[in-house]
Formats: sequence, C-alpha cells, structure tokens
Amino acid sequence: MRAYLPEYELKPAASLTEALTLLSDEPGVWKPFAGGTDLMVLFEAGKLLHKKFVNIWNLPELRGIEVTPEFVTLGALTTYTDVQANEVLQQEFPMLCQAASETGGLAIQNRGTLGGNIANASPAGDSPPALLVYDAELELVSTQGSRFVPYNGFHTGYKQMRMREDELIKSIHLPRVSKPLLHYYRKVGTRKAQAISKICFAAVTQVDASEIKEIRIALGSVAPTVIRCSRTEDVLRNRKVNAETISAARLELAREISPIDDIRSTARYRLRVAQNVLEDFLTSLN
Amino acid sequence: MADASRKVEINCKVNGEARTLQVYPMARLLDVLREELRLTGTKEGCGEGECGACSVLIDNVLVNSCLVPVLQAEGAEIKTIEGIASGEQLHAVQEAFIACGGAQCGICTPGMVIAAVNLLERTPNPSEADIRTGLAGNLCRCTGYMKIFEAVVRACQKQNSEARIQNPE
Repeated sequence: MRAYLPEYELKPAASLTEALTLLSDEPGVWKPFAGGTDLMVLFEAGKLLHKKFVNIWNLPELRGIEVTPEFVTLGALTTYTDVQANEVLQQEFPMLCQAASETGGLAIQNRGTLGGNIANASPAGDSPPALLVYDAELELVSTQGSRFVPYNGFHTGYKQMRMREDELIKSIHLPRVSKPLLHYYRKVGTRKAQAISKICFAAVTQVDASEIKEIRIALGSVAPTVIRCSRTEDVLRNRKVNAETISAARLELAREISPIDDIRSTARYRLRVAQNVLEDFLTSLN
Repeated sequence: MADASRKVEINCKVNGEARTLQVYPMARLLDVLREELRLTGTKEGCGEGECGACSVLIDNVLVNSCLVPVLQAEGAEIKTIEGIASGEQLHAVQEAFIACGGAQCGICTPGMVIAAVNLLERTPNPSEADIRTGLAGNLCRCTGYMKIFEAVVRACQKQNSEARIQNPE
C-alpha cells in the first residue's frame, strides 16, 4: 500500500545548527533526510516507518571534498558523482571511485550520498567495504560538539550504529597513504548498472618480495553489517601466496562471514563466490 | 490517521516558467509534475529508482523524479521532457529517436531522451562506453537498446556538424 502523504513531515533547515537543534530538542523524533535514494523507495512502498524528517540536502556545511597532506575529508553529502570526479580520490582511493561508479545509474549517483549510504546502514552498500579497508573515520556532530569514531566497528548489528539520535554524520576522513598499495574491488550483482550486490569485496595490500605484508579485507552482503575480515587478514599476513595460503584463507573467510538467503541470493552462493573472489584477488598478486 | 504535516509553498521554475505550488513536502516531484502541473510526459515505471522512466533535470543534473521529495525542488530549475523541444522544433535527440526507431511503446522514451540530452551536454563526443554509462539507469523493454544507441550517435553527429557550420575553422 502506498504511503499516506499527509502523515509525513519533511522540515526545511536553514543551517546545520538549525538541523542539529531540531535533532537534539526532540531526540529520536526527527531524522535527517539527504538525497532520498533509499528513503523514497521505502516511502513509495508504504514501508517508511519513521515519519518526521529534517531536510539536510541543501546544507553547504555537509558538502565538499577537502584535501590536506594527511587526510581527504569528504562532506557527508558528497555524492557518488562527486566521488568519481575527484582526482585525488581517483589516484589514492580508486576503489571508492569504482564503488561509486557501480552504485545505481547516473541519476542515483547524482543524488545518493556517502553519509546516507553509511547511515542507511545496509549490509549491501557498495562503498562501505572500500571505506573500511581505507581505514575511514567518521566525524559525528551534534549540538554538543563533534567527535571522531573509526568506521570499523561503527555498525554494531543489522541497521545498528554507534551514533546517538541527536547526532548526524558530518564528514568522512580518509587517511592518505604514501606507500604504494594494491587495490582490488569486486562487486557481484545481477547486472552491471543499478543492481544491489549479492556480495561486494574490497582489499588493499602491500606485497614485498612476494610476501603479503600489509593487508586489509572487507566484504558487504555477507553478514548483518559490512565487515572487516581481520581473522582472514591474520591468516594471510607475512605469507607467500601459494595454494596452501589460498586454501587456508578460504577456510578462515568461511568462518568469519555469515551470509544468509534473501531475495538477491542464497547463503551457499554468497559463501562460494566470496571465497572465489578472495582467491581471484590473491591469485592476482602473483 | 493523524496528519502530521501541512502543505507548504514551493517556488521553482519548470521548463523556464516560474511556478508556485501548494504541496505536501514529501510529495514526490514525479507526482507533483504529473498531477499538479499536468506535465504527464514524465512517466512512472518502477517507482523505486531502477528504471529511469521518470528522469528529469534539476539544475541540469539528471535525477529520478520518483525519488525526489518536492521540498528539495525549492528554488530549483526543473526541466521535463515537455521543455526539451523549442516550440515546434524538436531537439536533435528527439528527431534522431524518430529517425532510428528508438521509440516503440513510449514509456521509457521521455526518460531516455532526457538522459541522452544530458549526456550530450556533458560529453559532446561520447564514446560507445559513455553512451552505455549515460543511459545505464534507463530501462527499455521494447527496442533492445541498439536503436536507442544509434539515435544518440546520430544526434551527436548532427549536433557536431551543425556546430561546425556555425563555427567554421
């Protein structure tokens, strides 16, 4: 059944301060509304349970990409189109650009935002695995001030986050790394554009004398949240890539992820494909 | 059911004309265009941002109007399929769709044309990959896409040859 329109409120906010004041005056009553690419889908399907929103789409305080020697800082309203157009991101965080280019089609990329993707907290988001392996930090802001939290561990369960009801995501910080890393990103979906992923895999690594030195792996759509696979990373660190390493890593990955059957795929398929993509990544290092 | 919200006044431009609307803030731009402004050229396909039939331009940015609450159109310039031709003179993309058989049942056509016009404005000489990416968010169930691609290529050639005539080297 379609939503009953007069039940829904979308309040304009003239500034970030005004939006934050609304969030803190009535905690839990108001939720931020950005590009709408997730919320409007639920709304039209009559499944948007929350009914009072504050519009943050027009707030300049939440936009823009800033580059300093240590960090690239992305305003929470950075769209997928903004991500793809940024040269520093293309050079240093290519998987984020690739994830952005594989999210929806152009019209979605023009409206969907990184902050929204994180706060929507879907385990099937395309950019969160890349943000996890790039060691992103989030700046959360409220009328009390702002605080930084690591993105790893931010999602605590399905649609659960370490964020208070009076807070919103202000920006995403990516630490810049000077040493050369190998980046590997793979989204498996039903078709190239628009599809929501069946599994999504992101990894960065540094290989020295054919031995894996640094490694970070994250997956989407294989657990209640996007996850860093630190135990699989432990299995791979300081190892040469050979058949034995690959099979040990495949085994550990199977223990670390917990895929389910849903409308897009099955647990069996997801497990097998996650292992195969991991193997493809490892094989690509030789 | 308790009515939480009231209608608000939204001021925007639609196809160059200033409009003042009394609407619920969460109303979909798609519904406002079709039902309040009677601009029924913009179609509803899936209603969830998958098919692109409802594509319009907001400040020259391609969007799915089914996913935009009308409050976010405050102060914006919106262009719909009705604003693509100049009076009786069709846009090069529209002419090419006719010439190449790029339109069949017509439901995807307004969105396809909007996406193609937007592509050619951003990328005057698109590669085949650019065309595929530019139209990747628009589904067509009739043509098999080849005639649509041909139409975009044809429109692009025509635009560029006209540009050469107007600006000879």
